[in-house]
Amino acid sequence: MIIGLGHYLSVAAIVFTLGVLGIFLNRKNVIIILMSIELILLSVNINLVAFSSFLGDIVGQVYALIVLTVAAAEAAIGLAILVAYFRNRGSIGVEDIDLLKG
Amino acid sequence: MYEAIVLLPLLGAVIAGIICLVGARNRFPGGEPPVPAHDHAAAAVAEGHPRGAPPAEAEHAAVGNTHTEDPEHEPSAAGSLLAELTTSTFLVISCVLSWFAFFDVGIAGHEARVPLFSFITFADLHSEWMLRIDALTAVMLVVVTTISSLVHIYSIGYMEEDPYKPRFFSYLSFFTFAMLMLVTADNLVQLFFGWEGVGLASYLLIGFWYYKPEANAAAIKAFIVNRVGDFGFSLGIFAVFYLTGAVDLDTIFAQAPALVGKSFHFLSWNVDALTAVCLLLFMGAMGKSAQFLLHTWLPDAMEGPTPVSALIHAATMVTAGVFMVARLSPLFSLSPAASNFVTFIGATTAMFAATIALVQNDIKRIIAYSTCSQLGYMFVAMGVGAYSVGMFHLFTHAFFKALLFLCSGSVIIAMHHEQDIRRMGGLWRKLPFTYATMVIGTLALTGFPFTAGYFSKDAIIESALVSNSAMASYGFAMTLGAAALTAFYSWRLIFKTFHGEPHEREHYEAAHETAKSMLVPLAILAIGSITVGYPALAVFTGHGASEFFRQALTLGPAEKLFESAENLPLILSLLPTVMMIAGVLVAYQFYIRRPDIPVALARDQRPLYEFLLNKWYFDEIYDFLLVRPALWLGRLFWKGGDGFIIDGFGPDGVSARVLDVTRNVIRLQTGYLYHYAFAMLIGVAAAITWFMFAGPH
Repeated sequence: MIIGLGHYLSVAAIVFTLGVLGIFLNRKNVIIILMSIELILLSVNINLVAFSSFLGDIVGQVYALIVLTVAAAEAAIGLAILVAYFRNRGSIGVEDIDLLKG
Repeated sequence: MYEAIVLLPLLGAVIAGIICLVGARNRFPGGEPPVPAHDHAAAAVAEGHPRGAPPAEAEHAAVGNTHTEDPEHEPSAAGSLLAELTTSTFLVISCVLSWFAFFDVGIAGHEARVPLFSFITFADLHSEWMLRIDALTAVMLVVVTTISSLVHIYSIGYMEEDPYKPRFFSYLSFFTFAMLMLVTADNLVQLFFGWEGVGLASYLLIGFWYYKPEANAAAIKAFIVNRVGDFGFSLGIFAVFYLTGAVDLDTIFAQAPALVGKSFHFLSWNVDALTAVCLLLFMGAMGKSAQFLLHTWLPDAMEGPTPVSALIHAATMVTAGVFMVARLSPLFSLSPAASNFVTFIGATTAMFAATIALVQNDIKRIIAYSTCSQLGYMFVAMGVGAYSVGMFHLFTHAFFKALLFLCSGSVIIAMHHEQDIRRMGGLWRKLPFTYATMVIGTLALTGFPFTAGYFSKDAIIESALVSNSAMASYGFAMTLGAAALTAFYSWRLIFKTFHGEPHEREHYEAAHETAKSMLVPLAILAIGSITVGYPALAVFTGHGASEFFRQALTLGPAEKLFESAENLPLILSLLPTVMMIAGVLVAYQFYIRRPDIPVALARDQRPLYEFLLNKWYFDEIYDFLLVRPALWLGRLFWKGGDGFIIDGFGPDGVSARVLDVTRNVIRLQTGYLYHYAFAMLIGVAAAITWFMFAGPH
């Protein structure tokens, strides 16, 4: 079977969904959230590259590199925040972050 | 001069009121006044007899003692002497001017109309403050100012130990002012102002010792029962305005003959206009003068100080109803049905109150029921058309009834605020002057020949006898019977209080005659009770009446009555005196010679005795029929209507629903980040979907 555009897009959609589910089904670990965010960004990348390849336009791949950079920076900052948060609160369980509970 | 008569008491009231307020501010700057202690020494405070008023020691301790002197006897308010003397002086001046006016208006015939201010001018309703001075007014002016000035002077001695004298004298003078406005009223609105004013003053004075719950309750009862009467009175005024288009007396009297036989349409009935008006106005008189159905407030009003009882509930306020019927005599004389009703109520009251007075044990209540009964006499006279005779009895009754009350006050003070006659006895040796004056008052009340009361009372009974009106024979029978009963209970009072053996030795030993300032008014009233009768006879009855009253009273029909009365056979005209003698003899037998008889009678006739002692169970009946349903209705409207419906659907309900909603909405704010992220995601997805399908395609 020929792997067409649709297959790539489906994979991207599935990865996106997994990322979203990973954010709010998770209660134990904030790092999972960071990883899920990376998954979401990855799925967007897959979409961009797939379209770039099938439409023959290089812009998609360029944009995918930009997104990758941003993702890396944002992951770094996220981990830094996580470390600071852990030093203040002593736990990285998501269910412990409920100070906004009203 | 007339302005002075009416306005001097007002000035006195205002000055005393200012003294009272300024003094109160100085004594209690910003705090609650302490409740005065309840004990023998502060006797003026606790004028109640042992009826279970609990001593105020607990309250006294709790509220705290702000004065440093003897804690059981609060000092008099500052400026008391000034207040007393000012008000009393103004009243005495007013009194002298009134007597002058009486001779000027009555004998010399100088009637007057003195306009003061304009009051209401609205479409057809014109009402001014105007003093109408005619013969009827002159009589009332004399009565009111004389008794009021004597009561003021008496109160200086009686209220000696009371710390709140300025307030008392202010209220007394205010009452006098309102009563004077009532009697000098030229229109019904001003009369109603005076009417309400005296009701207010009565409330304030009955509840003068407001820290006593019984006094509070009695004051409210008096005001509410009066209010029921005032309701009828107001409706009467409205009806008069509707029928005649005016409220001033001259216009009404001019239009009255034209209204005879007219009827107006009310709901689905046609009521005779004049009868309806007179009945409604008489309802006010029933309330104010404590007649048969609206009488329940008068005995309870004895909770007030004795000078108040003497002034208000003997001589002046309760006679306002009688005065009003006399003033509106042109209307009443044109409505036979209403006049018959007046006679009926008066006669019933005369007998009914006399029967209750037979068994009462509180000295003031006996005299209160006696007042109620005598007012009934006056209304009998008014009802048969002999208005001047009713006024005659009003005139003499003011003297001897005020005398009786003031004497009883003297007795009460001497016995250290003991009011139960079963605990008195043998006081004639200790209080000779009071005894003498009280006997004079009793002779006048029972109609002993040649006292003032004899002439007026016999005139009423004779008028009832010779009258042709439907209720006249009933009136005659009742007044004659009540004469015997009056003699009995009056002498019962004297015998039990002053004769016999003293029942409580220590009180008896401690009793002594009171201060001269209290005895002088007694003397003046005693002289009045004896002397005003015979000269006034010519003025109030017979042909002299028409010459004296001229237009003030409608005396046309009464002329025939006077002629018939003069031609009565001797036996009939002596009948009231025979009744009186019978009453005295029975009382003498019962209370001096064989004191065991009344005790045995009370024991054997228990139901009848209880029936009379409990005032024919009127208080209980009214409580069951009127008070409880009213309270039930009030509670229904309060808890059900106001609480449940209005508050429930209004503020309380809305706030409760808001709380419910928020309690549920709060559950969305979990504080968990991922829930918020999820919500954002759902939102984004929804927005994109919407734009996809509803966007510019």
